[in-house]
Amino acid sequence: MSLRIENLSVHHGAIHAVNDISFTVPKGQLAALIGANGAGKTTLLRTLSGLTKSSHGTAHWNSLNLLQSKPENSVRNGVSHVSEGKSVIPELTVEENLEIGALWRRNRKEMIESKKSVIEIFPRLGERLSQRADTLSGGERQMLALSRSLMSKPELLLLDEPSLGLAPLVVEQIFQSIRELTTSMGITVLLVEQNAMGALKIADVGIVLNLGKVAVSGSASTLMADPQVRAAYLGY
Amino acid sequence: MFQILNTFLIGITSGSIYALMAISMVLVWRSTRVVNFAQAGMALLSTYFGYEVVNRFDSYWLALPVAMISGAVVAAFIELVFMRVLLKHSNSGPIASIAPIIATLGLLGLIKAFIGFFWGNQDVNIESPLSTVGFSIGTQTLSLSPMKLLILIAVSMLLLVLTFVFQKTNIGLALRASAYAPEISRLAGIKVDLVRTFGWALAGAAGGAAGMLQTANGNGALSPDSLEFSLLLAFGFIAAVIGGLDSLLGAVFGALLLGLVLAFVLTYVGGSLVFITAFVLLLVVLIVRPAGLISQKAGRRA
Repeated sequence: MSLRIENLSVHHGAIHAVNDISFTVPKGQLAALIGANGAGKTTLLRTLSGLTKSSHGTAHWNSLNLLQSKPENSVRNGVSHVSEGKSVIPELTVEENLEIGALWRRNRKEMIESKKSVIEIFPRLGERLSQRADTLSGGERQMLALSRSLMSKPELLLLDEPSLGLAPLVVEQIFQSIRELTTSMGITVLLVEQNAMGALKIADVGIVLNLGKVAVSGSASTLMADPQVRAAYLGY
Repeated sequence: MFQILNTFLIGITSGSIYALMAISMVLVWRSTRVVNFAQAGMALLSTYFGYEVVNRFDSYWLALPVAMISGAVVAAFIELVFMRVLLKHSNSGPIASIAPIIATLGLLGLIKAFIGFFWGNQDVNIESPLSTVGFSIGTQTLSLSPMKLLILIAVSMLLLVLTFVFQKTNIGLALRASAYAPEISRLAGIKVDLVRTFGWALAGAAGGAAGMLQTANGNGALSPDSLEFSLLLAFGFIAAVIGGLDSLLGAVFGALLLGLVLAFVLTYVGGSLVFITAFVLLLVVLIVRPAGLISQKAGRRA
């Protein structure tokens, strides 16, 4: 039970966005994928969820071949991708945004149960169920995006920059929620972040990407102690 | 006073038929971002299927649902085997945004030729199932016949059903989500391709109903080059644009407004100005409020 990526390459036209990447995330671990703008982080996630085509290599979640699976089918196999920014549908209500995460199960009862359990995790959403999603604050939207993903009862969560555009205090809350989810629900998480310090603090393992290649990887605490990583990515 | 009432009734009745056509344009636009000029042809084809039923079983009441179902099947078929491939192949380059629209014009021609091939180019007739003579109040005749009343009731019911499907059912939620944010919808597990086909099918059904009702409301004549259907397409499109092209409610509003304006122009100004008015209205809306009269946000995102 693990996420295994071997020799994965992705091209955008002539640009080699992801260049021969290999790493493994064991089940139940939270892996932080960090690196500067344009390092290939988002491209990697989009490839894993099936939105972008790869040019070489393999990627598996357990026995599921991620590169051959469309996003809508990956969800059915326990892989959920929360895309970059506050990925909610502004025109729909909070409740509808939650529900679309469980539509594919075609089971009204399970949907209601899932809704109850995510509202327990994020009570603030419960108070705003009938509001349109565009009335929410940035932090609430990120909670909503995360909750929609949880509605599908994922085993592997691919999170793209949940801290983007949020106030520092809110970022801390979101990161804390992600850590708690990983621990309490046993979800495996691949967290893409530019906020390297925040991400490494909650992560079990860290992978540093640079120009499409893995620069360094290891346990999160080792990376945080590594002088070179500190100088290049943590800024002190 | 009585003339105003009659003009109002005529406007509302034709407006309600334009509403069905406008809704079918909006449904297709929302699901695939294509302005479907073939909609008139699809509605015409479904009405011919309805005509076949009237011919064989002598029942307009059976023909109406048959036309709607065949409209849905034809539309789903076109989306599935034609538009989906086309959109996949024309997703980049200078032709990308215009190719699908030109293609729907080609389809319109194809469907008309197909109809001519099977049914001939002469008029065929669908008789009104109900009287088209207006109810009378004292010595005056109201512009509301049993047939017009049926149209108003049928359109209201279809709109209620459609509203229910969109707001209260899972497939309705999937339709709305896929229209607003296809990528997020896919990531949430919605089979957006399938939902699109369903959107086209709904549009086809609405077009079929519009065709059957329009034909029974008019003189009953049907031909591949029917002016009525070209006008239905034009007015449905204008109504949809007035409503903002993205909103079902807007489409209904735009259609009723257009129906009323045209009816009043016809009665009080003159028949020769009806088309001019319709297209001037379209241009004015496009220039003054391109996002439609009742769009929620002034600056709509792309």
